[in-house]
Amino acid sequence: MDINDIIKPENRVYKRPALLNDCHMHYCPGCSHGVVHKIIAEVIEEMNAEEIAIGIAPVGCAVFAYNYIDVDFIEAAHGRAPAIATAVKRLQPDKLVFSYQGDGDMAAIGTAETIHAANRGENIAMIFVNNAIYGMTGGQMAPTTLLGMKTATTPYGRRADLNGYPLAITNLLAQLDGTCYVTRHAVHTPAAVRKAKAAIRKAFENSMAGKGTSVVEIVSTCNSGWKLTPVQANEWMAEHMFEKYPLGDLKNE
Amino acid sequence: MEEVRLMKGNEALAHAAIRYGADGYFGYPITPQSEVLETLEAEMPWETTGMVVLQAESEVAAINMVYAGAACGKAVFTSSSSPGVSLMQEGISYIAASELPALIINVMRGGPGLGTIHPSQADYFQACKGGGHGDYHCIVLAPSSVQEMCDFVGLGWDLAFKYRTPAMILADGVVGQMMEKVILPEQRQRRTEEEVRRQCPWATTGKKGRKQNVVTSLELDDDRMEQNNLRFQRTYREIEKHETRIELLNTDHCDYLLVAFGSMARICQKVMELAAEKGIKLGLARPITLWPFPAQQIAEAARHCKGILVVELDAGQMIEDVKLAVNCSIDVQHYGRMGGNVPSPDEVLNAFENLFINKK
Ligand SMILES: Cc1ncc(C[n+]2csc(CCOP(=O)(O)OP(=O)(O)O)c2C)c(N)n1
Ligand code: SF4
Repeated sequence: MDINDIIKPENRVYKRPALLNDCHMHYCPGCSHGVVHKIIAEVIEEMNAEEIAIGIAPVGCAVFAYNYIDVDFIEAAHGRAPAIATAVKRLQPDKLVFSYQGDGDMAAIGTAETIHAANRGENIAMIFVNNAIYGMTGGQMAPTTLLGMKTATTPYGRRADLNGYPLAITNLLAQLDGTCYVTRHAVHTPAAVRKAKAAIRKAFENSMAGKGTSVVEIVSTCNSGWKLTPVQANEWMAEHMFEKYPLGDLKNE
Repeated sequence: MEEVRLMKGNEALAHAAIRYGADGYFGYPITPQSEVLETLEAEMPWETTGMVVLQAESEVAAINMVYAGAACGKAVFTSSSSPGVSLMQEGISYIAASELPALIINVMRGGPGLGTIHPSQADYFQACKGGGHGDYHCIVLAPSSVQEMCDFVGLGWDLAFKYRTPAMILADGVVGQMMEKVILPEQRQRRTEEEVRRQCPWATTGKKGRKQNVVTSLELDDDRMEQNNLRFQRTYREIEKHETRIELLNTDHCDYLLVAFGSMARICQKVMELAAEKGIKLGLARPITLWPFPAQQIAEAARHCKGILVVELDAGQMIEDVKLAVNCSIDVQHYGRMGGNVPSPDEVLNAFENLFINKK
């Protein structure tokens, strides 16, 4: 059999989602952001929502999310994506509005906007990529950095007495009456990717059904910031991050 | 239908916005302008026009909601007073850099710091010289009556949409709190989604029938970022050319010129009358746009004058622009009160006489 006998549409089992642009991503090889982008693009496509989807990009490594996911986007100031998503959804209630944020964006500088948007029960989906570090600015401590973890601003490891404790903001959001669905996932194995995708789909559907705020945390790797290879980073994440940030639903109403 | 009412300047802002067909207001309470949000909540425009009204968790959130609404091509606004407007500066810079139309209202109180809840004009520099980071301007309108509080809402939005740039109403606490007769305009329909799409083809309305729209101020290519800046500057030159506004009173035959905006211009009108009784011929130049500053008009009005007195509720901010306007060729002096104090007309006239008449 010739190779060209195999390359046929009916034999195709995997393709780039139509809404994921065919370009080089600026992400480091092994970074979780790219996988999360891919499943968001797939979900929007599968929901036939490309004409109504409006994404809010963060300040962080995912600042250029709009170059990769081919729907309308607003680039937020650092931490303000939930406030922006709030106004977009209130002014255009028939649109699918989602924010995409890193841990510094969502749980440090933007904590107030995060909590209040969720507490108002805005009909938005918040995608939260928790890689426990500030990727974009070169690997400084994030609110979610684990105790003992070395970063550019905790060169000897994060200490509770100096830096406080890792902040599980998703647990906090699950306490609020405005949230309807709060869940934590990862994208380090094909099975995990499938589950994360189902969660994002559910979050998007909730927001269109007007059920309130949905939060999907993706516990992620930043192999550059962590100074590990992609494979090592996935292993390190499973070994250390899942203990503080266990996967699964925190709230599902 | 037009309607004649008696109300506070702050209330007029709210009514004017609803009647303009505004799409959304996002704000956080602060004295002396809380009546804007209170009036909007009481009027419940979401029941009538469909306008969104939201009390935000902070001024930071509010300005970013305005940024978002503007990105969607909507007529959105916020109002605050000095400390709150300081918090908004990053967001205003983003709005300017993303070339978005938005309306921001500052009903100024005395600072610095928490300062006082009483009137001031000390945010002139902040409003007119940038305020936030980067090379940008807001169109700055300075109302001096309740009627202008009403009218400048529509004017502000019209200019903001025309030039795709933020417009600011820079009012002082006096104009916000005083009650006057006001003619409210007719109720306009809010634009439909189709109209928004047509008027703002760049807006993030969902990519139905077109390519993706992105609202961003980020550009890491230096040459392209410089091109963006040059484009902003071209817009600012156009605004300077076409939108500079000023009111001139008695400037043809005056010996001295008063320059004042907002509530101080109202007080200076009385100063002119008092001076006339003493045989002193005063004219008044009242900048309506503080940026673009009516430098040329002031220079012309002052050509035959022996001196200029700039009257402000601050330590001397607009005086810098007046000096630049006349190239320091005329004696320019300042009289101002601070801390929330408002001078009486007698006090201003007295200061004028000491600075220009008695010194000779
Ligand atoms: C007001 C403001 N402060 C600081 C910064 C600098 N800054 C850019 S990204 C970032 C942190 C990003 O970290 P995170 O949100 O965890 O996202 P990641 O890059 O890890 O995906 C910081 C501090 C900024 N752009 N704006
Ligand atoms: S620095 Fe970290 S978060 Fe940023 S692209 Fe690289 S791996 Fe991803």
